[in-house]
Amino acid sequence: MIVPLMHLLIFASILFALGLICVLVWRANVIMLLIGIEIMLNSAMLVFVAGSSYWSMADGQVFALMIIAMTSAEVSLALAMVVYLHRRKKTVNVDEFRELRD
Amino acid sequence: MEQILFYILATVTVIATLFAITEKHPVHAIIYLVTSFFALAVIFFLLAAPLIAVFEVIIYAGAVMVLFMFVIMMLDLGNPEDAQRPSLLHCLPALLLSGIIFTSLMLLVSSRPAALPGDSHVVSVADFAITLFGKYGVAIEIISMQLLFAIVGVLYLGRRRKK
Repeated sequence: MIVPLMHLLIFASILFALGLICVLVWRANVIMLLIGIEIMLNSAMLVFVAGSSYWSMADGQVFALMIIAMTSAEVSLALAMVVYLHRRKKTVNVDEFRELRD
Repeated sequence: MEQILFYILATVTVIATLFAITEKHPVHAIIYLVTSFFALAVIFFLLAAPLIAVFEVIIYAGAVMVLFMFVIMMLDLGNPEDAQRPSLLHCLPALLLSGIIFTSLMLLVSSRPAALPGDSHVVSVADFAITLFGKYGVAIEIISMQLLFAIVGVLYLGRRRKK
């Protein structure tokens, strides 16, 4: 452990707050909203890895790997949905997206 | 030495993320985010998690961000004049929630003494692999099924419909 756990937690919460601000502010652009979700998941991963390093257990790194796998699945599905909806509505504004069917 | 490196990298990560979320141009935001992820990968390396650092670079900065870039360029979203700035009314809930996060953070910092360092045993890659495929073998199966479902969903959404 190179730095105290508290500093890592402070750093991760700053990152999480930035991602939350991005999600809540950029509601007009679904790409920026997904970027905010990425930032928040990254800060969660940082907390897992910090805990794994603090308690010297490998479980935190395993869950960080699972977050990576979950993020790749989530991003691919969300971007496919963005492409599908952009093909129909010609916009990326989240408020315009209410239904998936033709 | 490592402490100084950690604080420099943490500053780089926060500043790059700040630039990424305030940038109007989506392509520039992606580039700033890749910078932030590289710095975060080195932080993971400093925290004795080399595999997670490598996966962060390969999957996050490599695959996911390139996927974002691909979609932005395919849909031609890289025109910053099209994107309007969010209004102040949209910023209010974000400011409220981040204020709550920072207040709770300040309470946490002020109420507890600095955490004691744990024992210095380092998690090796062999420990990581044994835990991953021994203790969490079922979770690996579930994650692979989730990726399969994602493929099916993407193929369903991406097919061309006949008019």
